[in-house]
Amino acid sequence: MGAPADALKKALIAGLVTLGLCFPIVALRTDANFSNQLVLTPRWGLTFTLAAIAAVGVFLISLLRPAGFERATPKRALDTAPPHPFFRYLPRIGLVLLLAYPFLALAISASGGPGLLKLVDTYGIQILIYVLLGLGLNIILGLAGLLDLGFVAFYAVGAYSSALLTTTFGLSFWIVLPLAGILAAFWGVMISLPVLRLKGDYIAIVTLAFAEIVRLVLVNWVPVTGGYAGISSIPKPTLLGLSLGPEPGSLTSLLGIPFSPFYRLAFMYYLVLALALAAYWATLRLRTLPVGRAWEAMREDEIACRSLGINTVATKVSAFAAGAFFGGIAGAFFSAHYGFISPKSFEFLESAMIVAIVVLGGLGSMIGVVIAATVMVGGTELLRELGVLKAVFGPDFDPAQYRMLLFGLAMVMLMVWRPKGLIATREPTVRLKPQPTRGAPAVSAGE
Amino acid sequence: MTVPLLEIQDVSAFYGNIQALKGVSLDVNRGEIVTLIGANGAGKSTLMMTVFGSPRARDGEILFEGKPITQLSTHAIARLRIAQSPEGRRIFQRMTVLENLQMGASVDGSAHFEEDLARVTQLFPRLRERLTQRGGTLSGGEQQMLAIARALMSRPKLTLGELNRQGMTIFLVEQNAFHALKLAHRAYVMVNGVITMSGSGRELLARPEIRQAYLEGGRH
Repeated sequence: MGAPADALKKALIAGLVTLGLCFPIVALRTDANFSNQLVLTPRWGLTFTLAAIAAVGVFLISLLRPAGFERATPKRALDTAPPHPFFRYLPRIGLVLLLAYPFLALAISASGGPGLLKLVDTYGIQILIYVLLGLGLNIILGLAGLLDLGFVAFYAVGAYSSALLTTTFGLSFWIVLPLAGILAAFWGVMISLPVLRLKGDYIAIVTLAFAEIVRLVLVNWVPVTGGYAGISSIPKPTLLGLSLGPEPGSLTSLLGIPFSPFYRLAFMYYLVLALALAAYWATLRLRTLPVGRAWEAMREDEIACRSLGINTVATKVSAFAAGAFFGGIAGAFFSAHYGFISPKSFEFLESAMIVAIVVLGGLGSMIGVVIAATVMVGGTELLRELGVLKAVFGPDFDPAQYRMLLFGLAMVMLMVWRPKGLIATREPTVRLKPQPTRGAPAVSAGE
Repeated sequence: MTVPLLEIQDVSAFYGNIQALKGVSLDVNRGEIVTLIGANGAGKSTLMMTVFGSPRARDGEILFEGKPITQLSTHAIARLRIAQSPEGRRIFQRMTVLENLQMGASVDGSAHFEEDLARVTQLFPRLRERLTQRGGTLSGGEQQMLAIARALMSRPKLTLGELNRQGMTIFLVEQNAFHALKLAHRAYVMVNGVITMSGSGRELLARPEIRQAYLEGGRH
């Protein structure tokens, strides 16, 4: 193992396999010309480039990592090792960066970088919405271990209920926000009832069906939801009753500063950041409470849980309600931020994305959710723009078209290297006040 | 005569169409160690789980402190302070030893937590050393200790399972017949879902058919 000859052999095999695979897919480009005839364009250069990349990659991997992929399961016997100092300060550094981000973006876009809207909206607000959704599903899937493939339903319920309440009754965003959460939680309770008697895969099917029902209702209940046309001109949130728009009477005109879209963008960014932080903090608190502990214990062993006097029915219902609440809040924010919603935003792909965020983050790990949401949402957007790939694959390579492919590849690699997600270690919810030294009578004071 | 702590009256239980318990009657008094011996598949574990309502008894009645518990759900039965240290241990693998013990105290709330923690860690000093360690990283024997300690955290009136401790009512389900009979005040022998014999542990230990079936037979 690990010898250069061995690595070379592996690389050769990988290259040949890639060549074989690419031959029917990549080597011949099929186009139709004006008279609708098939035109075959050979792309041997690209085919061999791909094969070479595969071969070199495998060669390097097998040379640098003697045990190859077999080392995939990390053997961590003890949780007690103190974290690296970098990780200790990471939360604080992260928080400061998050708070400063809109201004950093302002500086970057002013110095000739990408547009402000792109930086704050796509890479800021959008990621944070997914963080919020991921934290919601993290309770249901990560902590309670209930495989919910229809989480987007709660997102949709939150978005539509807040949109309908604000456009029909003229309610303020701030009243509608908790209402959307509560309505979504109500549907969380509703869906948890048929799920109570089910296990594992069957929960997935029921929740998947539920999300599909919700979507079909949104599509077909045209008088209320507007069908495919959706709901538009949803009012934007206000700050202390003052809008952040360009019209007279807005906050900027009162303060006498010229209007700039940056203010509203920054406001929305800080709003969703506050919501995500609140969700993070709430989950942190919930985990240390008996109900949170019961969620995790239920994920580990439902029968043992019941025989210790835990009402698993109430535990499941509460997990769905809490997770759905966060989903509903995310939905309300989404509808208010974009001002337009349609069933297109609530398809299965969204559920899959959120599940992927929770699983890739490491089931139950909140910081994992945050990292995974950043990588998944930010990564797909970033791949759109990577001009570097053009240099590798030739000038007519459009990264936007291949981004999902590259992204899928990255996910497969990640799951091979870290099968339990990015953050696989579970943070204990209680720590001993006096750290027990080995064999010392630290706890015996109560004897 | 006082009411027995646990009274199982003519209980039948099924797994689908297969009858696992065929009219079992048994009782356990306060402060008593009662053991149930029998071969693999005789229905010992089923009886233990039937007390917890899973599977639910189809016929017959189970009384705890004189009150029927046959129709109660599993967690409600556990809240009456019946604990079990189940087969296969069933500890929470990814949670720490301390969290496992906290789960055990769910019934009791946090009122006596510190006190009970000191008590069980005195009983199992090994667990005290491992409080911050994840359950799944313990050895098999330590996991067994944890399962017992977790059961004790609820201050049970009745404990079902493979454990022995003085001053507590225990209903012991045991494969090792010799060990169980020596410990127990009273014992029942179960064969194919039916109680075939009962008596004091000493009495049963002296019976030739018991010796042959469960003691000497098992030595080969």
